Parts: sequence; C-alpha cells; structure tokens
Amino acid sequence: MRIIVPIKQVPETSNVKMDPVTGTMIREGVENVVNPLDLYAIETAIRLKEKYGGKIIVISMGPEKAVEAIKEAIAMGCDDGILLSDKKFAGSDTFATSYVLAKAIKQTGDFDLVICGERATDGDTGQVGPGIASFLDLPLSTFTSQILSVENGKITVKRLVEEGYEEIEMMLPAVLTVVKEISDPRLPTLRGKLKAKKMEIPIWDAQKIGAEGQKIGLKGSPTRVVKIFTPKVTREGEKVIVKDEKTLHQAIDKIIDYLIEKELI
Amino acid sequence: MKEVWTLAEFRHGKLNPISFELLNRGKNLAQKLNTSLASVVIGYNIKKEDIDELIKRGADKVYVVDDIRLENFMVETYAKVILKLLDEYNPDIFIAAATTIGRTLMPYIAVKKQTGLTADCTVLDIEEETENLLQTRPAIGGNILATIKTPNTKPQMATVRPHSTKPSPPDKTKKGEVIYKQFDNEAFNAKTKYIKFVKDESQQINIQDAKIIVAGGRGLGKAENFKLIEELADLLGGAVGASRDVVDRGWKTYPHQIGLSGKTVSPALYIAVGISGAIQHIAGMQTSENIIAINKDPEAQIFKISNLGIVGDLHEILPLLIERIKEYKKKGAN
Repeated sequence: MRIIVPIKQVPETSNVKMDPVTGTMIREGVENVVNPLDLYAIETAIRLKEKYGGKIIVISMGPEKAVEAIKEAIAMGCDDGILLSDKKFAGSDTFATSYVLAKAIKQTGDFDLVICGERATDGDTGQVGPGIASFLDLPLSTFTSQILSVENGKITVKRLVEEGYEEIEMMLPAVLTVVKEISDPRLPTLRGKLKAKKMEIPIWDAQKIGAEGQKIGLKGSPTRVVKIFTPKVTREGEKVIVKDEKTLHQAIDKIIDYLIEKELI
Repeated sequence: MKEVWTLAEFRHGKLNPISFELLNRGKNLAQKLNTSLASVVIGYNIKKEDIDELIKRGADKVYVVDDIRLENFMVETYAKVILKLLDEYNPDIFIAAATTIGRTLMPYIAVKKQTGLTADCTVLDIEEETENLLQTRPAIGGNILATIKTPNTKPQMATVRPHSTKPSPPDKTKKGEVIYKQFDNEAFNAKTKYIKFVKDESQQINIQDAKIIVAGGRGLGKAENFKLIEELADLLGGAVGASRDVVDRGWKTYPHQIGLSGKTVSPALYIAVGISGAIQHIAGMQTSENIIAINKDPEAQIFKISNLGIVGDLHEILPLLIERIKEYKKKGAN
C-alpha cells in the first residue's frame, strides 16, 4: 500500500498559559509539535504498512522549521517526507491549504490512501481532510474510528457519529480522517530518530506541485479574517468553600437553588 | 436569487431538531438582508409533517429531495445533490450544523464551489455596508475569537456550533412554498457503499444533543466512582462526559470525551466534577450556558469559567447532592 499522511506542525498547547492582564496566549517559549491528532493518522498508516507492506509518505505545508514535524513522523516509522514550503503559500485558508496538499499528493504518484488527523488543535476546523478528498474527487470517511478490512481494492471502516457508529465501504484510493479511538500512537524509536536525523527532506514549492497562483496563499483564499479578539468568558461566579458539615449543606443548597432558578431541574 | 439557505438534517427517518436552531440563525440573517429563508432537506421518506414543521419554524421555502439512495448520509451523493441545487438557485448564504454530517459535507461542497467556509461558528451576523456574512468562531482552543468573511465568492458558507442558539419557536399560521426536486442516476454515482449503523448503547443520551451534561475528571480517583457521575446525570436527565485524562486511563470510552481531541458541546448545563479545566477541556465546553464546577483545588482553572463553583471533596458532595435532588423530585411528584 502507498499511504500519504498530511500533517501539521502546531504550537504545543497543553501547557499554554494565558496572560492574566491581556487575556491572550503567552507564546514565548511555546514549543512546536506534531499536531496531536495527526499522531493517530501516522500510527494508523504504520499499522497498515506493517500488515500489508508498502510505503508511507508524510507531507507537511509550512515554514522550514516544519521539517521537524516530518522528521518526528519518520522517526515513528514513516518512510519518506516532503515539505511544502513557499512564500506564496503564506496566508492560505483551509481552501487554499487543501488545494496545495491535493496538488502535492497528486505529484507523489499513485497511492491507495490519504490519512489525516481529524483536525489540527490550533485552527480546529477539520476542513482540510474533506477538502483534499474533494479536490482529488475521492471517497471520504471522516471521524474514522476503526479500519475493519482492506481487500480487493476496497476499504471498510467504522466512523464515529453522534449516536453511535457507521460502517461504510469505499473503493481505493480513498481519504480518511481519523479520531483518537483508532490507535494508540507509538513513540519514536532511537533507530528511527537516527534515520530521520540523517534524512534529507525535499522541499517542494508552488511551481514544483504545479499550483495555480490564484488558488494559493492569501490571494487564493476565499475567506478573510476581519478581526481577532479575546472572548469574555471570565464568568467566575460565586465560589462556595466546603469546610465542614454546615458549609457542605450550604453548598448543596446553592447548587439546588441554582438548578431551580435556571429551570434545569 | 439572494436567498439564505439552511441544511435541515434528516437522519434515521427523523428531522434533527438542530435544523430549527439553524432556521433561527437564518431568520435573523434573512431579515437583515430583506430576503427569503429556505431550508434544504434531503433523505428518504421525508414526511409532510417534517416539511411543514420547517415552514412553521421559519422557512419561506423548503427544497426537498426524497430518494431511497439518500436514505443514509454519504458525502459523495449528498454533495452531488446539494451542488445541483446550489448551481440552480445560487443562494447567497448556506449554513449547516457543525455535526458529523455538516463537518463532512460542507468542506467537500465548499471546495467544489470554490468558495469559503468557516467552521463551528458561534455568532453569525451581517456586515451593514457590504451585506457580507460575518462569521465568528473560537480558535486556538477557544483562547481567541476570530471574525471571518467570504467577500468575493458565493455562497458564503458556515457550519454552526450545535446548541449555540435556541431553536426558533413554531408559528402555526406561517405558510411556505415546497419545491420537490428529482435528479437522474448520475447524481447518485458513488464509490462508497453504506453498510450499517450501530447504535452506541453506552451513550444513553447523545452527548452533543444533551441539554445537561455531567462530566467527570481525574479527581474522581478511580473508574468505579464514575457511577456517581452516571447517577447524577441520570437523575437530571443528562448525558455523561469525561475529560481526556480519564478516557486515556480507560475509565470511560472515547465517545464520552469532551475537549479539543474529543467532542465540542454546548449544553444548557455543564457540571464539571473533579475536572481541573485544562485549556483543551475548556475549549470543548466553554460555550455551555450554565457551568457548575466541583473541585477540591480552589485555584482550579475550571472555576474561572463557572457560574457556580464548589470547592470541596466530591466524594462528600456528590452523594449528598444526589440524595437531595431525589428528595426534591419526590416532593415535586407529590
């Protein structure tokens, strides 16, 4: 199987601190990591390769430092990497990003599967995976939670939907976006790290992938950010501290009164 | 025609009430643009009552495509059918719910239409000077809000966070036009086959539809203590949520996980028990209408976004709370 895994480098947000005065994210000292949800896509690809053989190509669109994310994926067990980097890509929204990734995927030759994380933890749109499928005119399974079988040029998967799961069968090649439930990502091995370190990651620009200038970057993006502001979510309502039997009962009274007042009970 | 369109969700033979929330959003936009509001409903065996209900809830027009091949959601066929409608009627604005259907279908369609799409919006408005759709959404784990527009292409598309607005109330006297459309075989060609739906029995109430969610975190101490969360949720008619921590520990399954790597919810009431409020968790629940937090750490982040915070030992508080709610309900019954 030939599998393409598009990944994104994102700021590590698990230890994000907020500036108490401005209410904005403190970016200094924030590390960049592989989008945590992409790790499930990488792991899924590696398991398929272990079962069926083949090759995994990781691609990432971003600045030059995004090469670190590609190397981490290679250290986990992916075979090749391609960095999509060009000043002309800057300012791409999800439409332009899907276009660039789809063009690059085509450029890599024939493939069986494109596996994406369900969304990135920074942009949080989940639109690029489906966008790639649409540009490539391929069948798509979003929120994929399990691969049931791959045979006779078809893949059968389970998708996590609101009230349960759906099973669908798609002809290959196909695009999957995967959720956390699908796998448990492995850690990079020492041997993998050494291999990744030595590896030269090619950089493809807009010309190399044959991207039309009017479909990439800010110019190629149908959406525009009008403004960015900090939400006023500091509701910080009343706090009741339970110290003894009496305050315990007071706290319970508060909850019950609140539920009654808001007609929640 | 400069119409505002909403996607009505028809699933397992039923109209999802989320469709009425979208009509509420749409009504506001259509009024500001002085245009008509239309709902698109596609599926199989769509009942006349469902179509009438869409009209009562605000649709001036309903476009209906009823075909056995649309019985189950498949992005390829659903997208083809909707693209045909969009090409024929050219609405200005097209919105859908940010459900698994909306979040799959809308990006697929937006690419084909070469237009912009904004994900998971919590506020929609019209810019006065340009009449553009202003789409506001949380980003970077809800730490910022971004307002986005699609100035040069149509339709302007957005998915809307479920329960971020109320369903529009029904108006029994309202009349509307119903347009039935049929398409030939070509619209139904797909490289995907739907096999089956398997209901998740561990989710008694679908988390994303729940009005009340009681969620547990690491502070519960062990998996068995989730029984308290389940009991409280059950009493309140709510669903059970979980933080990432406890899902990773196997105390609860992934479909219950709330936060950046799980589900985003916006219920009328969210009770967070033993959840400290990591940024990832908060991102998934901060638009809840009412938040009550119970945590032993007075400095826990969760209190910053709570309407009511109880600092104390959940093992003392929960059993007593459950008892008192039972008493209250008994009293009410008499």
